[in-house]
Amino acid sequence: MSTIEDARAPGEGARRRPPEPLVPEGERRVSANVCQAAGCLSMQSDLVLGALRDRVEAAGLSDVAVRRVGCLGLCAAGPLVEVPELGRLFDHVQPDDGAALDSLVTTLSGGEPGGQAMAKEPFFSHQVKVVLERCGQVDPERVEDYLDAGGYEALTKTVTTMSPEEVIAEVVRSGLRGRGGAGYPTGLKWTTVAKATSHDGKFVVCNADEGDPGAFMDRSVLESCPQQVLEGMAIAGYAVGAQHGYVYVRAEYPLAVKRLNSAIRQAERSGFLGKQIAGTDFEFHVEVRIGAGAFVCGEETALLASIQGGRGTPRPRPPYPAASGLWGRPTLINNVETYANVPPVVMRGGEWYGSIGTGKSKGTKVFALAGAVVNTGLIEVPMGLSLRQIVFDIGGGLVGGKKFKAVQTGGPSGGCLPEELLDMPIDYESLAQAGSHMGSGGMIVMDESTCMVDVAKYFMDFCREESCGKCLPCRAGTVQMYGLLDKITRGRGTRHDLDTLQSLAEMVRTTSLCGLGQGAPNPVFSTLRYFRDEYLAHIDDHTCPAGACRLDGGER
Amino acid sequence: MSDEVRTLVIDGRDVAGASGQSILSVAEESGVFIPALCHLAGLSEVGSCRLCMVEVEGTARLVASCVTAVEEGMKVTTTSERLLAYRRRAIELLFMERNHVCSVCVADNHCELQELAKTLGVTHFELPPLHPACDVDATHERFVLDHNRCILCARCVRVCDEIEGAHTWDIRGRGTGARLISDLGKPWGESTTCTSCGKCVQVCPTGALYEKGRSVAEGKRHRPYVPFLVATNALGTGRQL
Amino acid sequence: MTAEHKARVATTWLDGCSGCHMSLLDMDERLLEVAERVELVYGCLVDAKEFPEDVDVTLVEGAVSSEEDLRKIREVRARTRVLVSLGDCAVTANVPGMRNPFGPGPVLERAYLENVTLNAQIPHGAVPALLAESLPVHAYVPVDVFVPGCPPSADLIFSVIMDLVEGRLPQVQGTARFG
Repeated sequence: MSTIEDARAPGEGARRRPPEPLVPEGERRVSANVCQAAGCLSMQSDLVLGALRDRVEAAGLSDVAVRRVGCLGLCAAGPLVEVPELGRLFDHVQPDDGAALDSLVTTLSGGEPGGQAMAKEPFFSHQVKVVLERCGQVDPERVEDYLDAGGYEALTKTVTTMSPEEVIAEVVRSGLRGRGGAGYPTGLKWTTVAKATSHDGKFVVCNADEGDPGAFMDRSVLESCPQQVLEGMAIAGYAVGAQHGYVYVRAEYPLAVKRLNSAIRQAERSGFLGKQIAGTDFEFHVEVRIGAGAFVCGEETALLASIQGGRGTPRPRPPYPAASGLWGRPTLINNVETYANVPPVVMRGGEWYGSIGTGKSKGTKVFALAGAVVNTGLIEVPMGLSLRQIVFDIGGGLVGGKKFKAVQTGGPSGGCLPEELLDMPIDYESLAQAGSHMGSGGMIVMDESTCMVDVAKYFMDFCREESCGKCLPCRAGTVQMYGLLDKITRGRGTRHDLDTLQSLAEMVRTTSLCGLGQGAPNPVFSTLRYFRDEYLAHIDDHTCPAGACRLDGGER
Repeated sequence: MSDEVRTLVIDGRDVAGASGQSILSVAEESGVFIPALCHLAGLSEVGSCRLCMVEVEGTARLVASCVTAVEEGMKVTTTSERLLAYRRRAIELLFMERNHVCSVCVADNHCELQELAKTLGVTHFELPPLHPACDVDATHERFVLDHNRCILCARCVRVCDEIEGAHTWDIRGRGTGARLISDLGKPWGESTTCTSCGKCVQVCPTGALYEKGRSVAEGKRHRPYVPFLVATNALGTGRQL
Repeated sequence: MTAEHKARVATTWLDGCSGCHMSLLDMDERLLEVAERVELVYGCLVDAKEFPEDVDVTLVEGAVSSEEDLRKIREVRARTRVLVSLGDCAVTANVPGMRNPFGPGPVLERAYLENVTLNAQIPHGAVPALLAESLPVHAYVPVDVFVPGCPPSADLIFSVIMDLVEGRLPQVQGTARFG
C-alpha cells in the first residue's frame, strides 16, 4: 500500500498512486461483487458474501476476489452478485442455495456460465452513470478502492491546479442544478456563498435527510460510495472558502452513517480530509450529524437549526443560508447527489456534463424506481428521457401486466402524472408544468388498482404527521385537508367538501412558511387535475373506481 | 443596521420607514391595520401565524409583512379579496384546532382571536373542529395554562426568554401535537426557572394563560404594559431584520 | 314582501339555553315594530304544535345534539325559505359541543350516574338519544344566514329580522362576534 506521503505529492496526489492489486496476480483475475447495500442486505446478501468466500476459498480459486460492493441497482432481483469481467449479473442469489452458489463458483473458475445469470437489458439500457459510476464497483468501506477507481483525483486537481473561481466557473458551465428537489442552479449558489464575507469562517453542509416515501437515492449513494460525496464537499469547501462541513443524515440510515463515518476517517488518514489536503494549505474537516426522525429537517433552515442543537423548525427566509446559515455564518447547503456530481464535473469539465441532458436540465438524475413496476431499483438516467422509457423500458413495465395508471414523482410535495404524460421528457421545467416536480428522485409507479384519492390522502397523512407545527396553515391545514380526503374516500364527501378542499389547499400552498407546507397540497392538486373523475365517483356515486377504498357511505 | 430612510407605498399611501424595518412595523406606525397574532411589537418575530401576509407588487408570492423588510419604492397591498379569504381561513383553522368556546372563556371580550374573527367578518366555520384532548395546568400558585385556548403563537416563549430572561416556556412536539411546556415538560408550579413575573399572561392573545381567580370574561390584560416591552427590548423594535 | 303581507317567521330551539330567545325579547318596544311586519307562526313563544309549511324565515337557536334535534331541523329546513342560525350554539355548537371530545357515553354517565344520589339511571325512551357529536346546524342542513353571538345582541337580532322581512340579506360581518 502506498503511503500518505505519496498521496500528498504536490500536483499529482492520488493519480500517481500505483494501483494496488485487489488479489494476487494470476492467470485470470475475476471478481465477484456482492451487493452490500441496504436493499440486498435485507435479503441476507451478507450471508451470500460469506458463503461465496468460503466456497471460493475451498475451491482454491486464488485468482477470484469476492468483494463487498455498494448498490448494483436492480434491487427487485436481489441479492445480486456481479462478475464484471464476464459482464454477468446473478440475481436472487440465496445464501442457502448450495446448487446456485456452486454454479456461480463454476462460472468464476472459468467453467460454463451458471444458469442463473440474468440479462442486463433492458434495465441497464438508457442508463448513464455519473453519480453512480463507482457504486457497485468499489468497496464502500475501503478508500483504496475509491482511489483505484480514480477517486480524489478531482479534489487533487482542484486544490493543486485550480483557483476557487475556476472551480465555480466549471460548476456554472456544467449547468448542474440542485438535486434535492428545487433545482436551484448549483453554480449560482456556490457563487453567492463564495462572495459572502465572513470573518469567522463559512460552512459546507450536505443534506442527507432524505425522507420522501419511496426514495432511497441518497441512502444508496452514501452506502455505496460515500467518498465521492465527501470529495464533492471538499471541492465545494475549497470553492466557497469553507473549512468545515457537516453531513446531516437521518438516523433511519444506520448503515449509511457507519460507512460515512468510516469514509471520513479513511479520507483523513489518506490526506483528503483534514489539514494540508493533497499537500496544500487547504484544510477541510467533515462531521456527521444525525437527525432525530423529523422529515421537516430536510428543509434547509430546519436542518441548520437541528445541527445547531435547536428544535428542527424552519424560519422565514431571507436571510438565506448562503448569507446567514450555521451560527449566522455563510453556509452552502447541497444535497448528497449534487455533491456526488461535482468530482466528475471537475474531472471531465462542465462542458462534458452540460452535453448530457436537455435545455435547462443538464446531466443525469438518479431515481429510486418503486411501486408496481417489475424492475424496482436505483437508476441513473440522462435528463430528458421520457417517463415511458423509465417505466416500460428500464422498469420493465408493470407487475402482473396490470394497466398503468400514474407515476408519482417528487415525494409528498410532488404530483401524480397520468398516462397521457408518459411521453413527457423528465426535466425540471416539464415536471413543474405538469403539476409535479423533480423532487429528490423518488418515483412511484401505480397501477389500475390504486385509487388516486387514496394516494392524495396517503401523502396528506404523511404531511400532517411531519408538519413541525410552527406555522398555522401547515399545522392545522394539513390535518383538515386529511379529514376532507378521508371523508371523501369513505363516500361521505360532498361537492361542497371538494370546493372547501380546493380552497384550503390553495391557502396552505400560498401562506405556509416553508416548503413542506407549501408543497403539501400538491398531491391534491395533481390528482384533482388528472383524476377529478375519481373524486366525483366517490362523492356522487359512492364508489371507488379502483376498488381500493372501503366506502361506508351514508349521510351524516 | 443603518437607519437610512426607505420610502414606499402601502395601500396607495406614501409612507416612510427605516432600512431593515418590517413592513408590518411601518404599517403600524402609519396607522395601517394588518392583522397578526404571533407578532407583538417588542418581541422578536417568528412569522408563524401567517395572518399578516401581504401582496407586494412585482412579487408573485405573498410575503409575511412581519419578517419582510421595507424596500425603496415597494408597493404593498394589505387588503384584497384573496388576502381576506386566506385570513378568514386562518382564523377558522385556529378556532377549529383546539377547543375555543368564547362564551365560557376567561378571555371573552378581551381576546385577540375573538376580536380578529369579528374584524375579518368570520361568522361561521365550514371545517369540523378537531376537538383534541387538552390539559389544563393549574399547578402554579398564581396562574393557569389552559391548552384548550393556546394558538401556539409563542409570544409567551419569547417574552419569557427575551425580556424576563428566564426561558421557562418552550414548545414540545410537532404538528397539531405541539404543546407549550414549562421547564422541559415539568408542571408550571414545579418550574425552577419561572419567576412568576406574569409577563406571559399579559402578552397571551387568548385565554390560554390567565391569572387564577378570574372567571369568564374577567381575563382582562394590562395593555399599557405592551409599549413598555418595546422600550425595553432592543430586539423588538421591528428593525432587527 | 309588503307591509300588508306579513312575513311568516318561526323560531325554534334545539340544544341551547334559550338565551338567544331572551335576547330576542330584549329588543323591548321594538317588538311592536317587528310585530307589524311579522307573523310569528311557530316557536316557543307561540302555541303551535306542528311546524307549519311555507315559512319565510326561521331563526334556529341551539346545536344539533340529539336525534330529535336532527328530525326537527330537517323538517324546519324543508318548510323554510330562509334559515337563520341564531347564536353560537347554532353556528358553532358552542357549549353543547364541549362534550364532543368525550363522546356521549361518559357525558351521560357523568350527568345521570356520577352526580346523582337517588335512583341513578341513564334514561332511555323518555328523552331523545344523543348523537355521537353535538354539531352546528349547517353540519346537517344548508343555512342561509349566520348570526354568531352568545347571545347575539337584541340590536343585531332586530336588524337581521328587519333586513330579512324587507328582502335584504343581513350583513352581520364586522358586527357580530363569537361569545
